[in-house]
Amino acid sequence: MKPNRRIGAALAALMLIPLYWIPFWSISLKAPQYPEGLGMYISINNVTGHSKHDISTINILNHYIGMKAIDVDAIPEIRIMPWIIAVMIVGGLLAAVTGSRLAILVWIGAFLVLAVAGFVDYYLWGYEYGHNLSPDAPIKVPGMSYQPPLIGTKQLLNINAGSWPYWGTLFMLVSFSLMTWVAKPVKNES
Amino acid sequence: MKRLHLFIGSAALLGLVLFMSGCPSSGNLLDTRDAAMKTYVAPGEHDEFYAFMSGGYSGQVSVFGIPSGRLFKVIPVFSQDPESGYGYYEESKALLNTSYGFIPWDDSHHPHLSQTDGMADGRWLFINGNNTPRIARIDLKSFKTVEILELPNTGGNHGSSFVTQNTEYVIGATRFSIPYEIDREVPISSYKDNFKGALTFIKVDPKTGNMTLDFQLVVPPYNYDLARAGKGKSADWYFFTTYNTEQAHTLLEINSSRNDRDYIAAVNWVKAAEYVRQGKGRRVPANYHHNTYDPATSLVNSKIQKDVWILEPKDAPGVMYFLPTPKSPHGVDVDPSGELLVAGGKLATVIPVHSFSKMLTAIENKEFDGEMNGIPIIKYESTMIGEVENPGLGPLHTEFDGKGFAYTSVYISSEVVKWSLETFKVVDRIDAYYSIGHLMIPGGDTRRPFGKYMIALNKTPKDRYLPVGPKQNHPAQLYDISGDKMQLLLDFPTIGEPHYAQGIRADLIAPNSMKIYPLETNGHPHAIKSVNESRVVREGNIVRVYMGMIRSNFRPDNIEGIRLGDTVYFHITNLEQEWDVLHGFAIKGATNGEVLLSPGQTKTFKWEPTRTGIFPFYCTAFCSALHQEMQGYVRVSPRGSNTPITFGTGTR
Repeated sequence: MKPNRRIGAALAALMLIPLYWIPFWSISLKAPQYPEGLGMYISINNVTGHSKHDISTINILNHYIGMKAIDVDAIPEIRIMPWIIAVMIVGGLLAAVTGSRLAILVWIGAFLVLAVAGFVDYYLWGYEYGHNLSPDAPIKVPGMSYQPPLIGTKQLLNINAGSWPYWGTLFMLVSFSLMTWVAKPVKNES
Repeated sequence: MKRLHLFIGSAALLGLVLFMSGCPSSGNLLDTRDAAMKTYVAPGEHDEFYAFMSGGYSGQVSVFGIPSGRLFKVIPVFSQDPESGYGYYEESKALLNTSYGFIPWDDSHHPHLSQTDGMADGRWLFINGNNTPRIARIDLKSFKTVEILELPNTGGNHGSSFVTQNTEYVIGATRFSIPYEIDREVPISSYKDNFKGALTFIKVDPKTGNMTLDFQLVVPPYNYDLARAGKGKSADWYFFTTYNTEQAHTLLEINSSRNDRDYIAAVNWVKAAEYVRQGKGRRVPANYHHNTYDPATSLVNSKIQKDVWILEPKDAPGVMYFLPTPKSPHGVDVDPSGELLVAGGKLATVIPVHSFSKMLTAIENKEFDGEMNGIPIIKYESTMIGEVENPGLGPLHTEFDGKGFAYTSVYISSEVVKWSLETFKVVDRIDAYYSIGHLMIPGGDTRRPFGKYMIALNKTPKDRYLPVGPKQNHPAQLYDISGDKMQLLLDFPTIGEPHYAQGIRADLIAPNSMKIYPLETNGHPHAIKSVNESRVVREGNIVRVYMGMIRSNFRPDNIEGIRLGDTVYFHITNLEQEWDVLHGFAIKGATNGEVLLSPGQTKTFKWEPTRTGIFPFYCTAFCSALHQEMQGYVRVSPRGSNTPITFGTGTR
């Protein structure tokens, strides 16, 4: 493998490091009485409010419709994900060092599997939050559930919920594209 | 001499009557549509300036937007406020402690913003209480009264609360002279022998804003009416107006209006402070309270001070001079350059303007006309630089536009006169509805005024609004002063009686305004940080309820085991951390009102039940969709009953 491709593979791996600081997803909630906005960021190791107290505000609002409180410590994914990404970074770097095209292909395969698993997990998480409502909820609207959209916007009672990729996703896409370029067959390669 | 003055007075009055009947004031009212456009702040838009108006006999400060004239808030300062519970809940009561006990009211007069380099900096607002002499500091991040200092040896703190150009000092000055010795009673007729005046120099901590009474200057028993610190070249000086230099103690209306001239007192505060640092003067017994709110604990520390440092002008040469000025002056105002001292002689027929540089020269050349209690009296001609002729009747108070003009409020003829600082000639005049007291230009007392708007603070609206009975709220009027001619834009009612106001560009305050009190920094000894910490604890006859409030419930909301004879303290914490989500607490039969809590605040509500029974309590602030469900019950059992303490919320 040519040196520039190895560098490409290494860069693709390193591109995942910012995910430890930069959220890859954002859920925003718009309602008339929140002109300043309300929402949360999802990163591989944390769920935080758009501003400091948004999670507690969202929980207070959600308790009226019987949704479970979002408790960051009780989300297993954010304990697992940093390790998975660490494995991907190390794996990518190893592939760069060895220059093995097979390793690159396995990395790409793993990336795709993780991406699909991530979306499925996010969907299930949202489904659980949106459907598993307390029977004691003061506000019950027959037939209403509160699952946030997988991607896009959705009107949930007075709140317009939006679910969109955030800057972290861009790093993932660049990482992935870089690695697919590295894996591209080259005519002259022996 | 007197007859001549009277003659000039009536001539001026006649002239004015002719003037006023000759050209009706509506000539100066902008086309209604133009005026509306200039004051229209569209829904959702913000005003350009904050205006802080004193409440006079309301004891509070109200906050308005300019140019809209919209009322944003009334900040409780010297008076109990049933709306917020200020002065009713335990922590706040201590702010109103004085050496005369708990005083639930005062008369707030002259707000003054803290300054840096002669410009309002938006950190704090000071305001004086006239009746039981005090001075308060309001924090402009929380819009909350955080400190009140009582002034000893002071009969009424009127000539206050003006700051120096870097807020080194804030001033107190007595309107009523009294004997200095604590609680000393003497025949009132011994006024000249036993009564004294006091000018109080209060040091302000540049970081925290905390006030300390540094020293008092003992002055002749006149009435000290208003004050201003100098600026720029005159920054080391304070100027005070005096009236009643006649030293009358009865029927002042007549007896203190005899002299053709009273004085402006000029005090070199830098020199005075130096003398004090050198040990000049002496410590005398005193008795006054100093109440400070501690933001870390939300508690008020109420300290009793037992002495005060006094300095007599005769022992402090070069500190104090009298400048004769006609006649019973009200305001003494310093132009933006610091050179001109404008007195508002309310019984004078001219507006006298003194020159600071001429004053310094006169002091150097000892151009004196005798002395009073060791205070040299400078010759009138030596400091005078101009007299504004035909200013109307009863000039009171002057502010500046930074473009070379002064604006003086004139009470008796109910108008504002605009005059040139170069020619000392009146260039424009406009009516005020009715009987203007002070006026205010945002920054008009600073080194760089915002010469765009002027606000007249008037004493009566008479027919200006829909009538509301014999007592009506005082009106304010907003004028456009950006052009050559003053133009009336807006007429709006105020709270109480605004004696004076301060205006400041909104961007110097708005970005710093707090949204919540962060729970993690809430160091109140009885705070709870989560609903899990809520509890009820009996300590003998005292029962402490550690209560949390969060949408839409109280924790706990069912309480039993209270007995007649108990004193119950509800230590209530608003556990919300969202801007403006308030909760209130009130319980049936309580004799001290309600308490209102901002997000993250802890306050204590004291309750001494006098009857057995079931007592509902509820949230008094519409906090949420289920506000009406936010309630609870307390069971009060007979004295000596063995009902155990139980409490909880929502246990099934």
